[in-house]
Amino acid sequence: MARVGVFVCWCGSNIAKTVDVERVAKEAASIPGVVFSTDYKYMCSEPGQNLVKDAILEHKLDRIVVASCSPRLHEPTFQRCIADAGLNPFMSEMANIREHCSWVHHDKEEASAKALDLIKMAVAKVRKDEPLFQNPIPITKRALVVGGGVAGIQAALDIADAGYPVTLVERTPSIGGRMAQYDKTFPTLDCAACILTPKMVDCASHPNITILTHAEVEEVSGFVGNFTVKIRKRARSVDMEKCTGCGICYSKCPVKVPSEFDEGLGERRAIYVPFPQAVPNVPVIDREHCRLHNDLKCGVCAKVCPTGAIDYEQEDEIIEEQFGAIVAATGFKTWDRAKIGEYGAGKIPDVISALQFERLMNASGPTEGKIVRPSDHTPPKTVVFVACVGSRDQNHGHKYCSKVCCMYTAKHALLLKEKMPDAEAYVFYMDIRANGKGYEEFVRRAIEEYGANYIRGRVSRMYQLGDKVVVKGADTLAGKPVEIRADLVVLATAMEPQEDARDMGRVLGISTDQDEWMSEAHPKLKPVEVLTAGVYLAGACQYAKDIPDTVAQASGAASKVTGLFSKTELLSEPMIAHVSQGDCAACGLCVSVCPFGAIELETITDPVTKAERLAAKINEGLCHGCGTCVAGCRGSCIDLRGFSSTQVLAEIDALAFSI
Amino acid sequence: MPEENQIAGQETVKAWEPRILGILCNWCSYAGADLAGSARLSYPANVRIVRVPCSGRVDPSFVLRGFMRGFDGVLISGCHPGDCHYAKGNYYARRRLTVLKKYLVKMGIPEERFQFQWVSASEGGRWAESVSEMTERLRGLGPFQGVALQDKPAPHREAAAV
Repeated sequence: MARVGVFVCWCGSNIAKTVDVERVAKEAASIPGVVFSTDYKYMCSEPGQNLVKDAILEHKLDRIVVASCSPRLHEPTFQRCIADAGLNPFMSEMANIREHCSWVHHDKEEASAKALDLIKMAVAKVRKDEPLFQNPIPITKRALVVGGGVAGIQAALDIADAGYPVTLVERTPSIGGRMAQYDKTFPTLDCAACILTPKMVDCASHPNITILTHAEVEEVSGFVGNFTVKIRKRARSVDMEKCTGCGICYSKCPVKVPSEFDEGLGERRAIYVPFPQAVPNVPVIDREHCRLHNDLKCGVCAKVCPTGAIDYEQEDEIIEEQFGAIVAATGFKTWDRAKIGEYGAGKIPDVISALQFERLMNASGPTEGKIVRPSDHTPPKTVVFVACVGSRDQNHGHKYCSKVCCMYTAKHALLLKEKMPDAEAYVFYMDIRANGKGYEEFVRRAIEEYGANYIRGRVSRMYQLGDKVVVKGADTLAGKPVEIRADLVVLATAMEPQEDARDMGRVLGISTDQDEWMSEAHPKLKPVEVLTAGVYLAGACQYAKDIPDTVAQASGAASKVTGLFSKTELLSEPMIAHVSQGDCAACGLCVSVCPFGAIELETITDPVTKAERLAAKINEGLCHGCGTCVAGCRGSCIDLRGFSSTQVLAEIDALAFSI
Repeated sequence: MPEENQIAGQETVKAWEPRILGILCNWCSYAGADLAGSARLSYPANVRIVRVPCSGRVDPSFVLRGFMRGFDGVLISGCHPGDCHYAKGNYYARRRLTVLKKYLVKMGIPEERFQFQWVSASEGGRWAESVSEMTERLRGLGPFQGVALQDKPAPHREAAAV
């Protein structure tokens, strides 16, 4: 038989002003199951808590109801309090007679009657309370960072510096990501390689970091602290142990392929390193283009390799490892300019993307930093930059602002004028969004010191005329149409989530938004967490970001990981769903409604027939306790600890015809 | 203050007041109701609140039990679409309760007695208003008289028995 104690709080005059606390406490004593009831000025104060503890011992109470403020405020306080007195902390309920009663009602009779009702409900619920336990969960103190761009590199370095092992998985043959392609960075004009490559080398030489390039995460199972991850290490066709990175193989390879790293402006071989500073500096064979892999005679690279590192037969390797936390830093891609017909659909050779312009300017790019037209390799005299190509443009599927284009377009115009002072730079823009440290000043410099011509308005179309590109647009400030005969046009195409962002999100337990950016747990207060505990976001996989924001978020994610790893163990959520497997018909509805993928069907031996059959099983590490499966279960064989159907119905029943 | 009716020869009795069962999700609507308190907003004392983790936890049977136990109205409140603490529990709630609403009507429970709404943790005012509105509406509708049960078995049962 439950022995309930009721403790009614005055909260000074906050409750007592509108609720007749003494009378309510007296009447509560006659609620079935209540063996003790009292009131006190401040129940949460130390004497108040001592009063509760003493009453538990004196009256042999096995559960309590505190009628005071919102449980969102003081539930943990009273849970700790009764735990001190030897009770299971979850054998308590609160009746919210302040926020939901005394503060919103003025009539003392009504408020007192309601307070008593709320106590009746809490007593009815507490009588059905059962002890709940938090199980210790061990933590594998090893982090997985997915994506080897600047976000992944920063997160990996921060976690590794804190003393925990990190595996950095990168899909392409080298880490470095987009930033490695850039020439200089706004607003300081630091050379991107000069600030990034040392970090890449740090990653490679860090004793706590394992780099897996040319590899992808295939499968993630488990939960916070205990993820099991399958990583596919794609066949490189080069033995990483034997290769010295001498580069003879790719200097002799007869096959030439447009270079992805140079955005198609330069060439690479079929065996290649994407760029000279690649980490690891080990070539990879592109089997799609390799002669030998296409049944043609070759094998040159194997012949010239001084260490015999070439292995044409190498196969993909699946690595399965345990991780405690995952950082997603999978980055972005840029919108394909071929999709914009009015700007030539990618068919005009001298209309290029901003990323291509970066490669043209880059000293280690295909032209060694000489800005020339792709069509005839002559230096351009008039260059038109178009901002917001696809961004802030519902017609082209991006409602959002890509955030960085205003800045890099200013940078491009400025660097063009610096390299070629006689060239004219025109920038078509909608608004200049330069909201970062030193950003506005930078744009002003491009316009005022370097004389970039900023035209507020959009470009309606462009087409080839002779060896020029005619750019037709509007100057909305002057209110007249503009036509420029350009030698080169640079499009600031929209930033987009990776092609497979949604699938990758699904693998990693991250939901994606309407534009397929990966979703954070809360837009303001949980910017690096996602809804799956133990998984964090860094960089432009969440939304378009510049380098400072990316690095800041990566460090934020890393500090979340190290914070998690600093604990000796995790405690499981006590209020979670559980299945009565004997009753489960394995319809699987719970599996499909669970927002966290915490339910799966497992094979059990039927307790009655002894035959093998399927039944739902809750993964306690993944369950967040929302109860969606409980309400969805057709056979009522799932229930939620702490909010069981019996408890909720008891609360409703407590007030039958009583108001 | 409810009106007081003077009945001849008897003591003063209070006018009938509707009883509302509120089932609120912990993260948005319960917090919104807390905020109504912190902001000292005022609303009728006709609602009794049951806290659940998520509107997705609301079993349609909770609503039915409320009506069975004599509540004159049931008010379910959860996070706005897209704001669910558990990502999508409120979407499941929306589907289930939309279906339930149709059944309530078929069972003879007027749909005005049942309300499903979104109230965020920052919408104390919206919570207070919704209780006021529902109380007012139920005052107009009068006491819930229950569902008239028929002794006769349903037609398909009769057919099956033949």
